[in-house]
Amino acid sequence: MSHDTTTVNNETHEVVHGHDSDHHAPHRSGLARWIFTTNHKEIGTLYLVFSLIMFLVGGAMALVIRAELFVPGLQLVNPEFFNQMTTMHALVMIFGAVMPAFVGLANWMVPLMIGAPDMALPRMNNWSFWIMPFAFTLLLATLFMPSGAPASGWTLYPPLSLQGGNSLAFVIFAIHLMGISSIMGAINIIATILNMRAPGMTLLRMPLFVWTWLITAFLLIAVMPVLAGAVTMLLTDRFFGTSFFNAAGGGDPVLYQHIFWFFGHPEVYIMILPAFGIISEIIPTFSRKPLFGYVSMVYATASIAFLSFLVWAHHMFTVGMPLGAMLFFMYATMVIAVPTGVKVFNWIATMWRGSMSFETPMLFALGFVVLFTIGGFSGLMLAIVPADFQYHDSYFVVAHFHYVLVTGAIFAIMAGVYYWLPKWTGHMYSETLGKFHFWWSTFWVNVLFFPQHYLGLAGMPRRIPDYAVQFAEFNMISSVGGFMFGFGQLLFAYIVWKCARGGEKATAQVWEGARGLEWTVPSPAPLHTFDTPPLVDDTVEHTDKMYDDPDAVGAK
Amino acid sequence: MKRTNEMIVALAVMAVLIVVVWGVFAVGDNMPQGASAYSKNVYELHNLILGIVTVIGILVFTAMFTSIFIHRKSKGYKPAKFSHSTKAEILWTAIPILILVGMAIPATSVLIDMEDTGGAELNVKVTGYQWLWKYDYIENGISFYSALDRDSNRVRQRGSGEDPASVDNYLRNVDKHLVLPARTKIRFLLTSDDVIHSWWVPDLGWKRDAIPGMVNEAWTYIEDEGIYRGQCAELCGKDHGFMPIVVEVKSPEDYRDWVAQQQTSLADAAHDASRLWTRAELMDHGANVYQAQCAACHQDNGGGLAPAFPALALNGQPTGALEDHLKVVMDGREGTAMTGFSGRLEPQDIAAALTYTRNAWRDGDGVGDGEIVQPATITNMAAELSADQG
Repeated sequence: MSHDTTTVNNETHEVVHGHDSDHHAPHRSGLARWIFTTNHKEIGTLYLVFSLIMFLVGGAMALVIRAELFVPGLQLVNPEFFNQMTTMHALVMIFGAVMPAFVGLANWMVPLMIGAPDMALPRMNNWSFWIMPFAFTLLLATLFMPSGAPASGWTLYPPLSLQGGNSLAFVIFAIHLMGISSIMGAINIIATILNMRAPGMTLLRMPLFVWTWLITAFLLIAVMPVLAGAVTMLLTDRFFGTSFFNAAGGGDPVLYQHIFWFFGHPEVYIMILPAFGIISEIIPTFSRKPLFGYVSMVYATASIAFLSFLVWAHHMFTVGMPLGAMLFFMYATMVIAVPTGVKVFNWIATMWRGSMSFETPMLFALGFVVLFTIGGFSGLMLAIVPADFQYHDSYFVVAHFHYVLVTGAIFAIMAGVYYWLPKWTGHMYSETLGKFHFWWSTFWVNVLFFPQHYLGLAGMPRRIPDYAVQFAEFNMISSVGGFMFGFGQLLFAYIVWKCARGGEKATAQVWEGARGLEWTVPSPAPLHTFDTPPLVDDTVEHTDKMYDDPDAVGAK
Repeated sequence: MKRTNEMIVALAVMAVLIVVVWGVFAVGDNMPQGASAYSKNVYELHNLILGIVTVIGILVFTAMFTSIFIHRKSKGYKPAKFSHSTKAEILWTAIPILILVGMAIPATSVLIDMEDTGGAELNVKVTGYQWLWKYDYIENGISFYSALDRDSNRVRQRGSGEDPASVDNYLRNVDKHLVLPARTKIRFLLTSDDVIHSWWVPDLGWKRDAIPGMVNEAWTYIEDEGIYRGQCAELCGKDHGFMPIVVEVKSPEDYRDWVAQQQTSLADAAHDASRLWTRAELMDHGANVYQAQCAACHQDNGGGLAPAFPALALNGQPTGALEDHLKVVMDGREGTAMTGFSGRLEPQDIAAALTYTRNAWRDGDGVGDGEIVQPATITNMAAELSADQG
């Protein structure tokens, strides 16, 4: 064991040495600084800013949808454009907002949490970010093409997706680019975590955010190529005369769905596992009590990741599968409730008999636990095949995945941003505005999405631009919630911007109950940290000393 | 002392949660019980699972909010130090597993029942098209299309200026109902001619995808006479929201009368395919066919929707020669959404639609003086086509 630690130590020193030259090089300024940066903190910032912009773009598309659905009848857009909006909203939010936000948080925090000076592959890190603006330029440009943006839903099911115009090629290349970016980001995160941990930072001492990202990175490497394969087959079917998915040519349209969801279901966990990690950092801090069941949290995360490869067909129970297959996918899906339940129980056990305070990150984390759990319950209901025959492709599903993605993934990202913002900027954000943002968002997001459960149960299918009049009331309520929630997020952008500009000085530890290496470096974190790796030890004496006198343990 | 405190707060929290949950259930819709034996099983299963997760939710959130109210720094609560408990962790892994088994058993039995399509007395083939349905009664040769009714279709156009509430069953009505007998086991065979659709009538308790190149099966046994409405549930292009389903369930006796009546008109249709039609007849019938089959893409005025759907008429004049027009309608156009109608519509329908599109917008009177097409022409052409391909 000690031998291993020494090896890690040596490697760490080499990387540190490699970076020394950067210290002395004149620092670039202006745009060049951001284009050529190889610094994990700057790249993290780029990812996060990009993600915020995409969040607002995707949100604007959602508001087009909710505006059209405000009352029955078609008022604002044509059905074709409505379909483009639902498709683009999903692609932008999934690949442009949620995933880059998590990569940005990983870039900033993983090296700081494991005591590494930077990511293992800094130049690749630069590249994996700078692919993203090009990918999204391609994707968003399709909105202005004669054949319009893709309108077949983000899942791009053939044969419908093959009916579109030439813009499909742009969408597919954009997806390829996003995939390359994600895979490079994932490789970098794995290489960093496995090779660059500070001495004493054994795997089972890693913060849970690092653990969840390590597992997520493996998921990304496993499934992004599957997506690339699926869309490449679409490309050749559409432009080069193949018949992978064309029944008339001997192909099978359902094959695409199997391949797509073999990517798609792990993708769902790619968007939620890092969120679990963030919540597992925040709840102990504001409960002033260590995380309950750390080891079972790690195993639960790994089991969820493993099971995510065995449940893909629960997205397609209505395509007509053999009874045995449906039973298998139903049981496998239900099993996921067990490790997910363990996580929720552990979070609550962490709070239990803690000494809680309710700053904005904690509020968002608690909001996450309640609302994500509601999304989990509807997920369990969706696993029940006979009932899914009713729920499938209805607004019940829309409500379900927005609970897990908006009040799940996005609430966790916001919690993480509020939590680490003082570390990034050196300033405290406005707690009053932050709390207002939380209560505003939480109230309206429920007005937005809860009635959609009712709509689905009453028989309203998803992805329709107009609806029967019996659905009018809940659609109107949902649209009001959508606009209020949506405009509330401009406040979030303002709070972040204001905090970056100035504010009350943040201490190194920032939060009274915060534990972990990232809180031993000054706020704002200087561009280069942990040039000399800190020594990690999880004894109470050592930890206390780390906060009282970071120099003594080399944690600075 | 502390324990009692926690108990009291927990009970209060639980009471509040129960009221909230009761409110949530009272306000909104639940799944319909439906009209078939199977749909009631699904409804009960749904209620069972919903009930279980609701109880779990109330217990979990009671613990969480009790902690939030009591274990807070502002009340001077000192944090405990514990960070694991093997007993608790085994308990909250094992209990959920038992609950899941309890859910899986009824779910499995309902599913097995649902998949048993044997012993059906009536087989109905459902074919999805962009954007209407076709129903074939396998046993008695009845076959027809079912598309959005004309009132809904008029009002749903952007800028129609009409109030959807003024239309009966807005977007949930069709030109021709799917008529089925009550108290009969009916098997559905579902497929599609173009993209994937999904046939969903909530009162029957299921939806099933209609996929090109595949035939899916499902069944129902409807207890009560009545009208049950639904719509396509799988995104199938721009008019996905506008292909409703209306099932009219008649008593077995009334159903037999209906079948007899349909078969009479079937004989009329055979006669219609061979006789000579007048211009007025063709225009009148053509308007109906055009509305159901063509107008979604090519629009009411034949102007099309650039760039995907070309105009059929510019300034009232047809945009191409009759011969080309005929060929495209019969064969379709590869690589576009334009499907071939030779096997899909009756010769008189195609003849009428062609006559209509080449005359309707010519001189404003809606009758026109251009070419007309007789059903016999279409019949001959279809024969030539199949000879070419065969």
